[in-house]
Amino acid sequence: MSEKLEEFDNRIIFAKTLIALANENQKIVVVCNDSVGSSNLGEFRDLFPDRLIDVGIAEQNMVGVAAGLANAGFTPFVCAAAPFLTGRALEQIKADVVYTRTNVKLCGMSPGISYGELGPTHHSIEDIAWMRALDSLPIVLPADEAQTEGAVRWAANTEGPVFMRIGRFKVPSVSQGQSPAFIPNKAMRIVDGSDIAIIATGTVVSRAIAAAGQLKADGISARVINLSTVSPLDTAEILAAAKETKAIITAEESVTRGGVGGAIAEFVVQNHPTPMKLMGIDSFAPTGSASYLLEHFGLTADAIAAAARELLKNGR
Amino acid sequence: MSMSTQEIADLAREIRLQILHTIKGAGMGHIGGDFSVTDILATLFGAVLRVDPKDPNKADRDRLILSKGHAAVALYSTLAVRGFFPVEDLKTFARPLSNLNGHPNRNKVPGVESNTGPLGHGFPIAVGTAIGAQLEKNGSRSFVIMGDGELQEGSNWEAAMFAGHRKLTNLIAVIDRNGLQQGSPTSKTNELDPLDKKFESFGWEVVVADGHDYVALLKAFTDPQTKPRVVIAQTTKGKGVDFMEGKAEWHHKVPSAEQYAEALAQLGKL
Repeated sequence: MSEKLEEFDNRIIFAKTLIALANENQKIVVVCNDSVGSSNLGEFRDLFPDRLIDVGIAEQNMVGVAAGLANAGFTPFVCAAAPFLTGRALEQIKADVVYTRTNVKLCGMSPGISYGELGPTHHSIEDIAWMRALDSLPIVLPADEAQTEGAVRWAANTEGPVFMRIGRFKVPSVSQGQSPAFIPNKAMRIVDGSDIAIIATGTVVSRAIAAAGQLKADGISARVINLSTVSPLDTAEILAAAKETKAIITAEESVTRGGVGGAIAEFVVQNHPTPMKLMGIDSFAPTGSASYLLEHFGLTADAIAAAARELLKNGR
Repeated sequence: MSMSTQEIADLAREIRLQILHTIKGAGMGHIGGDFSVTDILATLFGAVLRVDPKDPNKADRDRLILSKGHAAVALYSTLAVRGFFPVEDLKTFARPLSNLNGHPNRNKVPGVESNTGPLGHGFPIAVGTAIGAQLEKNGSRSFVIMGDGELQEGSNWEAAMFAGHRKLTNLIAVIDRNGLQQGSPTSKTNELDPLDKKFESFGWEVVVADGHDYVALLKAFTDPQTKPRVVIAQTTKGKGVDFMEGKAEWHHKVPSAEQYAEALAQLGKL
């Protein structure tokens, strides 16, 4: 792909959508941890000062307060940097939100390695694996602006807990021409193909599409699936990929152990064993920008295409 | 719904008997902590909380969150005696597939507000319900009951700081201050005192009360507030049965047949 596509920070549309929803629904509130700036919530706070509850730097309290607000009849969107939300408050998420089944929307802002040079303390590569272990928690990974808007609207109108990742790393639109851009519980087949399936999430989806373009030039027909919901898994689409192509690559901005790759492998191995390659970020990152780190960990069009050729050639 | 102190005393006696039967029947339970919190629960459910057993999820109800979830049998017994579910159901406690787990489950037991058990969870939740009630302006009050050992969890101090900052006048935190945690006295494990000064410095008004004195508890739970209030309820673990009182070993222990008979005699028959 030679021409440069326009790219978007999903936090912008996230905040816009939340404001639109808050105008329609008085019960929508935001709970955050001194994260008004990093979650892009300044305008929300100006418009609804009473409905933005900033607990300060206290993630356990943040999630507990949100559970209490849900008990009181509100729909709280908890907006906090993904590593601190999921790591620091994991037991509150488990007991107060998921096990109690409170109507709390957990929004992991700036996930993956998007904090780049700030390093592994600020990276959130484990969040998907941690959240996946929780019983019946929907996990949503919108890949672009339109999907972010759709996912936030769906979460606001669905009773029960949800975890979603809201990226700061700018990404191009990948769901043009798909209406609606986000369908709950459904994977989106963006490019059809029959030799290999590349199942990607979030920031990596546009790179998977570019990889499919490269493979096409080599005569390899690659299917690209945007897995915007990891839990529950769209097993029909995964099974089709396993049956109708010769191999599957998964690509995600997180650990594959228990992550998206893990989720797909668990299903494939029990239902239609197929050669697979899991691409992700399986170690603490060295110093580098987010762009650099995506390249370092092989989450680029070139690296995905190379892995696809290798997998088709050697079966691994 | 408001009861006289004599009626609260009768309610508390009935709750203690149900706790004793339930734990003896199941062969498990945290009887010491159940007995230390009983008079607090009896006062709240007898004369303070605006709750309706027939409509336990009414939007503007008062909230009671039992953060010390291991005292589940005390909460179950109170809820059953107050009509949230049949007293008969207490016999199923801890049996396979019972709704009455070792720790309470909101989705299975009417009157339970949150699935507690891991310590340090109830306080932030009560801060959330109190803020919610202020946004709704519906007059709902929030109460959270914690063990004293539980205050060693840092999440409580996050909640205390924030409630003080928000000046939540519809929030009361009750500390079941029996001085004992699982293995030993709190003072030997990780000293909590001066607890009153700690809360005062976090922006709370502090009431120290005898946690078995219904008059003192009633006043502590109903006096007007200008700040969030903590009620440090001085309690005795195992209260009501002399050989259990103040003994750490009764944190989680089932009475023998002889002890059961003796406890029954002391508590009086139903």
